[in-house]
Amino acid sequence: MEGLERIVREHPFFSGMKEEFLELISGCAKNVRFEAGQYVFHEGQPADQFYLLRSGRVAIQISAPERTLTVQTVGEDEIVGASWLVPPYRWGFDAKALELSRAIAMDAACLRGKCEGDHDLGYEMMKRFMPVLIQRLHATRLQILDVYGVHS
Amino acid sequence: MVPRIARVRRRQRDLKDVVTLTLEMEDGGDLEFTPGQFNMLTVFGVGEVPISISGDPAKPGGGLVHTIRDVGAVSGALARLGPGDAVGVRGPFGVGWPVTEAKGSDVVVLTGGLGLAPLRPAIYSLLANRRQYGKIALLYGARGPGEILFRSELEQWRRLLDIQLYVTVDHADTDWFGSVGVVTTLVPRADFDPEHTLAMVCGPEIMMRFGVSALRDAGVNDQSIYLSMERSMKCAIGLCGHCQLGPVFVCKDGPVFRNDRLAPLTAAKEL
Repeated sequence: MEGLERIVREHPFFSGMKEEFLELISGCAKNVRFEAGQYVFHEGQPADQFYLLRSGRVAIQISAPERTLTVQTVGEDEIVGASWLVPPYRWGFDAKALELSRAIAMDAACLRGKCEGDHDLGYEMMKRFMPVLIQRLHATRLQILDVYGVHS
Repeated sequence: MVPRIARVRRRQRDLKDVVTLTLEMEDGGDLEFTPGQFNMLTVFGVGEVPISISGDPAKPGGGLVHTIRDVGAVSGALARLGPGDAVGVRGPFGVGWPVTEAKGSDVVVLTGGLGLAPLRPAIYSLLANRRQYGKIALLYGARGPGEILFRSELEQWRRLLDIQLYVTVDHADTDWFGSVGVVTTLVPRADFDPEHTLAMVCGPEIMMRFGVSALRDAGVNDQSIYLSMERSMKCAIGLCGHCQLGPVFVCKDGPVFRNDRLAPLTAAKEL
């Protein structure tokens, strides 16, 4: 457990977080690994965990008949999954490991419960998640703009 | 103002709508230029357009190299030219990339789409004088894996052990094993000292705006960020005013500008 706490503390996402919060959060964490080609989660499934990548790469994908598109790849020190934050807590995309990937998996129900129980922790988590979400929103808008296309 | 005559020595198709022409001056005149400069190219009977030089400035004997995307009447006519065809050339014009000022600093080259073409001469210069620079990061974004410009050259550069090269695409299917995401997401991955970094940015204007924002977030100041602007350049010598941006002429004072000078002009809703 001590090893896991250290891993959580050292992940950039939790950098500078108060010790008491880190202890609370570590109680919801576990180490996981995904082999290359293994799905981390599937679209529509309950978003019962989110992942802090420690190594490897994960593709966020959406599947259509006869075609699977990758909309984003996520790498070391980044986060996989935001749907655990908002009801109905279901994944909006597939996530698939592109190579051997190691991560900290956070139990979403456990963490949501602790955030409800301690709003200071909840606010701290939101402050850390929002920049990631805003950055991804901006990136998505830039993708939608199709800036490299030929526009008349 | 009178174009010199050049002949197409070589035509290479880079992408479905992009070709690179290597030109030879008919009068055998010199082909010297600095990275970031452009020429006005004429297809006789069709018209004249500004095209950045995409060749190696250290190899003027290798011909005058331009990479052209077929987006209009003149660029389309240029893209259809073949070996031996005549082209009118005026230039080189403009202020280019600060490859000399960058010496001693880390360098971030942030580019997307066809923006790699005007930056390629600067990359050649950086690599030819590698020891004079600190860390070098080349960050390139494309629309999709099939639209990566100069792909074989990027692959060669990636094999160099003393530069960082990251490529990403906006969208991909599962055949692509590389990074997917906008080019700005590459900035945090690159290793450079923001207080001692000079950044060169070229691509579609919206991409450059987001790129500048990402570089600022990383700690690079506006005085160290340079961008290449694209405007309707006609005379290329600062007379006609077609490319005027407030007090500056993009053709003569640019096309490469330092962002602290450029940002107030591009941010203004009306000039």
